[in-house]
Amino acid sequence: MKRSMKFLLPLAVFLGIAVFLYRGLSIDPHAIPSPLIDKPLPPFELPLLNQPDKTLSNRDLLGKVYLLNVWATWCISCRAEHPTLVALARSQQVDLYGIDWKDDDAAATVWLNQLGDPFQAVMVDKKGRTAIDLGVYGAPETFLVDKKGVVRKKYAGALTPSLLNDEILPLVRQLRTES
Amino acid sequence: MLATLLLALSLSLHAATTLEQFKFDTQRQTDDFRELLGQMRCLVCQNESLAASNADLAQDLREELYEQVASGKSKQDVIDFMVARYGDFVLYKPPLRPSTYLIWFGPILLFVIGAVVLARILRRQTSLPEPTLSEEDRKRAEALLESTDSDTQSS
Amino acid sequence: MIPEIGNFSLIVALSLAILLAVFPLWGSLNNRYRWMRMARPLAVGLFVFMAISFGCLVASFLNDDFSVLYVATNGNSKLPLMYKISAVWGAHEGSLLLWAFLLSGWTLAIAMFSRSLPLQMVARVLSVMAFVAIGFLLFMLITSNPFERIFPAPLEGRDLNPLLQDPGLAIHPPMLYMGYVGFAVAFGFAIAALIGGKLDAAWARWSRPWTTVAWVFLTGGIGLGSWWAYDELGWGGWWFWDPVENASFMPWLVGTALIHSLAVTEKRGAFKSWTVLLAIATFSLSLLGTFLVRSGVLNSVHAFASDPARGVFILVFLCLVVGGSLALYAWRAPSVSSGGTFGLLSRETFLLVNNLLLSVVAAMVLFGTLAPLIYEAMGWGKISVGFPWFNRMFVILTPLLAVAIGVGPMSRWKHNDPKWLFAQLRNALIVTAIIAVISLLPWVNQGHLLVSLGLVLAAWIVASHVENLRLRIRNRRGIQAVWQDLRNGSRSYYGMWLAHIGVAAFIIGITGVTNFEIERDLRMAPGQKAEMAGYEFVFEGVVKSMGPNYEADRGRVSIYQDGEKIGVLEPEKRVYFSQAKPMTEAAIDITWSRDLYVSLGEPLGNGEWALRLYYKPFVRWIWAAAILMALGGLLSVSDRRYRILRRKVSVRIGAEARA
Repeated sequence: MKRSMKFLLPLAVFLGIAVFLYRGLSIDPHAIPSPLIDKPLPPFELPLLNQPDKTLSNRDLLGKVYLLNVWATWCISCRAEHPTLVALARSQQVDLYGIDWKDDDAAATVWLNQLGDPFQAVMVDKKGRTAIDLGVYGAPETFLVDKKGVVRKKYAGALTPSLLNDEILPLVRQLRTES
Repeated sequence: MLATLLLALSLSLHAATTLEQFKFDTQRQTDDFRELLGQMRCLVCQNESLAASNADLAQDLREELYEQVASGKSKQDVIDFMVARYGDFVLYKPPLRPSTYLIWFGPILLFVIGAVVLARILRRQTSLPEPTLSEEDRKRAEALLESTDSDTQSS
Repeated sequence: MIPEIGNFSLIVALSLAILLAVFPLWGSLNNRYRWMRMARPLAVGLFVFMAISFGCLVASFLNDDFSVLYVATNGNSKLPLMYKISAVWGAHEGSLLLWAFLLSGWTLAIAMFSRSLPLQMVARVLSVMAFVAIGFLLFMLITSNPFERIFPAPLEGRDLNPLLQDPGLAIHPPMLYMGYVGFAVAFGFAIAALIGGKLDAAWARWSRPWTTVAWVFLTGGIGLGSWWAYDELGWGGWWFWDPVENASFMPWLVGTALIHSLAVTEKRGAFKSWTVLLAIATFSLSLLGTFLVRSGVLNSVHAFASDPARGVFILVFLCLVVGGSLALYAWRAPSVSSGGTFGLLSRETFLLVNNLLLSVVAAMVLFGTLAPLIYEAMGWGKISVGFPWFNRMFVILTPLLAVAIGVGPMSRWKHNDPKWLFAQLRNALIVTAIIAVISLLPWVNQGHLLVSLGLVLAAWIVASHVENLRLRIRNRRGIQAVWQDLRNGSRSYYGMWLAHIGVAAFIIGITGVTNFEIERDLRMAPGQKAEMAGYEFVFEGVVKSMGPNYEADRGRVSIYQDGEKIGVLEPEKRVYFSQAKPMTEAAIDITWSRDLYVSLGEPLGNGEWALRLYYKPFVRWIWAAAILMALGGLLSVSDRRYRILRRKVSVRIGAEARA
C-alpha cells in the first residue's frame, strides 16, 4: 500500500499547483497593493493651481475624512473618471482634494473650467516627487484619508459610481464617527 | 482586443535609454546606481527594469534615485525608500524576511528531498536480489549473443 | 473566401481529431483491428486539413486581407515578405494555429514512420496526440479564432510589432513549438505504455529517437530566443528568467532528464516508472507554459493578450490532460516491474543523480516562477522573484551536475570497481586540478571566485571527455576507428560527446560574460573617441536612412585596436511608420572571444548623441553551446541502431513470405 501511495504524489502536487493557477486567474498581476495602507499620509506641501504663492500641506487636512485624487489632463482614464467625481462633489458627501500630476497649468485650468471642478483645492505636483512619495504608478489614483491623516484605502484606476456607493462612501461615514 | 493593444504598447519599444547624464563623484556610486536601477522593476512597464524603461515615471524615479545616491545614501537606504512607497514588488530580488524564508530556503529543501529520494532508491537497489535466469532462458540468451554483431563498446 | 475555407478546415480537422482520439484507442482496448487501422489514414486527414487551414492564414497575410481581424492586428501592406509570413505566428490566435498545425505534422510523422511498431501501440499513441489536438482546436474555435472577420475592414493593418521583425524571432516560435509539440510524442508513447501495462526496453527504443528530435528542436528554439533577445533588445541581456523563458526552460530540463532516462530503460530495463513520469512531466510543462503565456496570470514581457476566460479553458484542458495522465500513472505504474539491479557506483547511479538534479533544478524554476502567484493568492503580500534569485539558485544547484557529467560516461553499467573508475579518471582529475590552481590566480579570475568555479567545471567536463575518447581510440586501432565509428558505428557516442562538450562551452560562455562584461554609457560628439577593454571607438555621427517600413537614424562607429581599424558598426534608432515610439537596433562586432556591442540612444543636441558600449567576452559560446548540443542530439538520432532494426524486420518478413 505504501508503495503505491508514492505514485499518487505527482498527481497531488499537480492538483495543488492547479488550485493556485485557478486562484491566479482572478488576480491582476499588474495591480500593486499600496504599502501606505493604515500608515500616515506621507508629508507633502504643494502649491495650488494658479496660486503658486499659496500652498496646501497634509497637516492642513487633518481633522477630516477626505479623498485625495491624483489626476492629469494627459490621462485618458482621468477624463473618464471626471464626471463621477463631479457628481460626487455635487452630492457633497465627502471632500475631494486633487493633485495635478506632472501636468501643464493652463491645460489643467481649461480642463476644470470645461468639465467642472469637483475639488475643494487642486495642488500641483510638477516634478512628480509627491506622487513618488505616495507610491503613485499610474493616474488616476485615489486615497481615502481619515481624520488622523492615516491612509485607509487606495484605489488605482478610475473610480466608478458602484465603487463609490458600495465601498467608499459607507467607509467614509464610518470613519467620520471615529474621533 | 484592448488587452492586445495595451500589451503591445507596454512591450519594450524603447530607445536605449542611457545613463550617461547621471554623473557621480566616485566609481562606487556609479556602480551602486547602475545596480540599483537594474534590480528594480519599473512600475509602469512592469516587465522592464528601472534602468531599461522609457516610462515617464521611470525617468522621474531615476532622477530621484540619482539625487539620493549622489548625496551619499547607501544602497540599502535607496531600497528602503522604494519599498516604503511601492512595496516589495518593486524589487527583483525578494527581501530576506521571515515571510520570504520559504522562497530563499525552498530550493535547498527541494535539493534535500532529491537527495533523500536518491538515497532511498540506491538503498533499495543494492538490497534487491539478483534476478536469476532459468536454464532455458540462459540457453536462449547465449544463442542470441552468438548470433548478433559484436558491438561491444556500445555507449 | 479563403478565411472561410480556413475556418471550415479547422472544423473538419476537429472532427477528424475526435474520430482519431476515440476509435483507434477503443479499438486497441477491445482488439478491434479495423478501428485501429483507421488511425493512420485519420492522421493523414488531420494533417491535410490543418495544412489547408494554416495555408489559408498565410495566404490572408500575403494578400493583405485586412478584413480578417488577426491580419488587421498584426499585418501591414509594407511589411517585408518574410515578416508577413512570420506575422502568422506573431500573436495569440495565429501561434495557436501554428501549434496545432505542427502537432498534426508530428502525428503524421508517427503515422508514416512507425511500420516497425505494433499497431496497437501506434493506435494508442495517435489517439493521445489527437486528444491534445482536440483541445487546441476547440480552444481556437471557441475562444481564439484566427479567421474572425472585422467589419468594416480597415484600410491598413496595425503592423507586426517591430520587435518581432527580426529573422531570429521569425524562426524562434516554430522551432520552439516543434520542441513542445514533439514532446507530445513521448507523452503519447508513455500513455500508450501505461494503458497497455507494458513498459519494456522495446518501448524505450521506439520512443528515444522521437524524444531526442523534439529535444533538439527545443534546444534550438531556446537558443534562438536568447540570441534574439541579446541582438534585438538593446540591453545586451541574453536571459532574464522571465516567466515565459522559464516556461521553455523547464520542459528542456526535464526533457534532458527524459532522454537520459530513456537510455537507461532501453539498455538496462531500469528506471521505467521514472521515464514514464518524466515523459508526462515534460509535456505537462509544455502545456503549463502555454497556460502561463496566454492566461494573464503572470507578469511577463512575452505574454500574449491575457484573457482570464481563455485562461479558464486552458486550465481545464491542463487538468484533463495532466491530471488524467498522472492519475493513469498512479494507477498503472506500481504494477510495472522494476528492471535490472545496479550497484552503488554504476552508470545507472550517475544517470539517476543526473535525473534527480535536473528535476530539482526544474522544480526550483517552477517554484520561483509561481512563487509570486502563490504568495499573492495566500494573502502573503505581493513580491517579485526575479533574476537575482534565479541566478543564485542556479549557480548553487548546477555544479554538481557538471561533476556528474564528467564521471557518468566513463563509468560502466551495473557495477564499477571504485579503484578502476578512479584510474580511468585520474588523468582528467590531474588536468582539472592544474586548471583549478591556475584559475585561482588573481590575474586569471580577477577576484571573482565564480570564474574559478566555472573554469574548473568546464575543464573537468572537457578533460574527462577527451580522456574518454582517448581511451576508446586506444582500444580501437586509432583515429581510423573514429572515422569508421562515425560512418557506421555508434554515432550515439559522439552525439553524447558533442552535447556534453556543449555544456562545457555553455559554462565558459556564461562565466566569461557574467563576470567580465563592461558597459559604458557615453555622450559623444562626431569625431569623439572612447576607450573600452583595449579597443578605441570613434563616433562618426548620425545620418538619416530609410527602410521598407521605417525611417532610421543610423550612427557610425569605427573600432580600432592597437591603431588598426578592425570594424565599423552602424547602430540605428528606427521609427516604424505604424508605431509612434522609436526602436533600437544595436550593432555588434562579433568574434569567438568577444562581442563589441553598440547601441544608439537619444540625440542630446549639438550633434551629440547618447551611446551605450558593451564589451561582452565569450558570449557567442553560449549559443555555440546550444548548437553543439543540438548537433549532438541529431548525431545520436542518426545512429544506425534505429535504422538496422527496420532492415532486419523487413528481411525477416521477406523470408517468411517466401517460406
